[in-house]
Amino acid sequence: MAQLTMVEALRDGLRVAMADDPRVLCLGLDIGTLGGVFRVTRGLQAEFGADRVVDTPLAEASIIGAAIGLALAGLRPVAELQFLGFSHQGFHQLGAQLGRFRTRSRGRFAVPVVVRAPFGGGIRSPEFHSDALEAQIVQMPGIKVVMPATPADAKGLLLTAIRDPDPVLFCEPDRLYRLGREEVPPGPHLVPFGVARLARAGDDLTLVAWSAAVELCLRAADRLAGEGIGAAVLDLRTLVPLDVEAILREARRTSRVVVVHEAPLTGGFGAEIAATIQEEAFHALDGPVRRVAAWDVPYPPGRLEDHYLPSLERVVRAARAAVRD
Amino acid sequence: MTAAVRRRSQLLPSGRLRPGAAVSLPVDEVRAALELMLLSRRFDARAIAMQRLGRWGVHSPAEGQEAAVVGSCLALDPGRDWVVPQYRELAAYLHQGHGLERVVAAQMGHPQEGRIADEVRLLPVQVALAAQLPQAVGLAWGLRRQGQDAVVLTYLGDGASSEGDFHEACNLAGVVRAPVVFLLQNNGWAISTPRRLQSAATTLASRGPGYGFPGVVVDGNDLLAVHAVTAEAVGRARAGDGPTLIEAQTYRLGFHNTTDDPTAYTDPAELAAARALDPILRVRRYLTAHGAWDEEREAAACRAIDDRLDRAIARAERLPAPGPAACFDDVYAEPPPRVLAQRAHALAEAEV
Ligand SMILES: Cc1ncc(C[n+]2csc(CCOP(=O)(O)OP(=O)(O)O)c2C)c(N)n1
Ligand SMILES: [Mg+2]
Repeated sequence: MAQLTMVEALRDGLRVAMADDPRVLCLGLDIGTLGGVFRVTRGLQAEFGADRVVDTPLAEASIIGAAIGLALAGLRPVAELQFLGFSHQGFHQLGAQLGRFRTRSRGRFAVPVVVRAPFGGGIRSPEFHSDALEAQIVQMPGIKVVMPATPADAKGLLLTAIRDPDPVLFCEPDRLYRLGREEVPPGPHLVPFGVARLARAGDDLTLVAWSAAVELCLRAADRLAGEGIGAAVLDLRTLVPLDVEAILREARRTSRVVVVHEAPLTGGFGAEIAATIQEEAFHALDGPVRRVAAWDVPYPPGRLEDHYLPSLERVVRAARAAVRD
Repeated sequence: MTAAVRRRSQLLPSGRLRPGAAVSLPVDEVRAALELMLLSRRFDARAIAMQRLGRWGVHSPAEGQEAAVVGSCLALDPGRDWVVPQYRELAAYLHQGHGLERVVAAQMGHPQEGRIADEVRLLPVQVALAAQLPQAVGLAWGLRRQGQDAVVLTYLGDGASSEGDFHEACNLAGVVRAPVVFLLQNNGWAISTPRRLQSAATTLASRGPGYGFPGVVVDGNDLLAVHAVTAEAVGRARAGDGPTLIEAQTYRLGFHNTTDDPTAYTDPAELAAARALDPILRVRRYLTAHGAWDEEREAAACRAIDDRLDRAIARAERLPAPGPAACFDDVYAEPPPRVLAQRAHALAEAEV
């Protein structure tokens, strides 16, 4: 099996999907000759042609809107937003359109569109390049929300997304794009939606995360292990559908849960997890579900982002506090 | 097909004037303009070098576009007119009165230095393309309603002109006859996407008439022509005759920004041809022919610029590194209690 970075794994996934199904096409800004600003699609235009890897005019609303139309025409569009922060320029085509097509047409029209979008902090990007907007999209029923944290999952979830009959927002953590390599199964590797992954075992508490925060939690778990605290790390992989059972299983097993995310605290998806646990497994808990998140302020300039994002220190401290409960 | 539009030009690449050109800038102002163009060029070089050392944020150079920026902003009266930028318009920020040392310090990691002084008629740079354009229309419309005879000059790129916000802004500006000038810098590229993939229209200026106002195409590497057409547009706007769309046809000589590698998508021959049309060359030739520029003056101007940059950098280096509190500054006039609690938490953690 090949050792791939996340960028290579995503490219491999797109190549497999395009070779396998002539209806699949990619569209977005700078994805052709350049291969996208992160080079995920590098070489794909040369391989599959400019009518299957399409550089579009600079307009997110028409990228998403046209992807809906292409899907209605029987194609399988994979749209790339240059950054998730620029989904706002096409927001009305997401929640109000993409997410509602099946309902509005009373089941006649499916829109199997995948919208890929890099996001996330830690690489000193300009404004809007880092914002974690997943909770805003989760509030758009009808759209599945996928947040891979490893190269193999990135490929496997992407292939599942492309085959899924419903629209999928596929969020890629740019900080992890080239951070490490792992074995990625060749060919049509599929990872199912709604099945969380236990990224690390541990008996004293469970850290729940998705996307780049999983990597942060794994580092925190290493540190905690040195202090004799066994922290499990649960990688949710997809927020919609949500693996509620795995979350409750962990809550019941370790009785202490800390949720970590890069989005601001208030109204973040961590609140949904905490609420679900207290509704379903309240009596199994030894203490409150804790959240480590970004502050409720706009994403700051790069120089300040370490003060804004959840840090290793903050995760470790929250975990220590949880085991004292 | 859109009708062919005459491309306005005055100063030829040779440095000579096109016969019959009605020049709107006297020679001493052209000299000041050249100094501003040189400042922009040298600022870019320094910013790029500093970025490579990890001492500067992502930088988007204006190299090749100095005539488009300087020629247009010089048509404004900073005492009453406003600039609403895209992000490559350093010279316009300075012309409006924003301090070079503030720009430098903000880029070197001191976001609080990005504050523009109250008397400077300039909105801050923001990164979501074209989002500033409806705001510029509203600003122009509002200033008119407040009884001011101000004009708003707003910048955008060829790429940004594909965004819905651009088209909505133009439409509204036409309807309310806002005193706004859209200065579209068509530099041939939006990152790696060439102009021809951006729009099937023959010129980007041709969109103006579709919204009920003039669209003007100008040689964007021609300082004098850019100034003349912008001055006309500003005059029209001030007189209550509504908006103008100016397409300044120029060329991005550098990379998109310091994270970009244009060798992956540009043709070296096209770039070499564009370099020969460098807007600074022809202004230099023009002024030299008028006895208003020579090597000595050039050397002195460059020394003065480098001194200013050195001082600005040295000042930025002396500023204390911003702490976590800076994340919370200026988010609300009265921060909600929960945000204040988070601020206290962040400060306490920074001390541990
Ligand atoms: C809404 C939005 N989408 C995407 C981007 C990413 N982006 C930054 S600059 C750029 C190209 C802009 O091209 P153009 O408007 O021609 O300006 P230029 O960079 O050439 O000056 C892109 C796609 C962005 N900043 N905002
Ligand atoms: Mg451009």
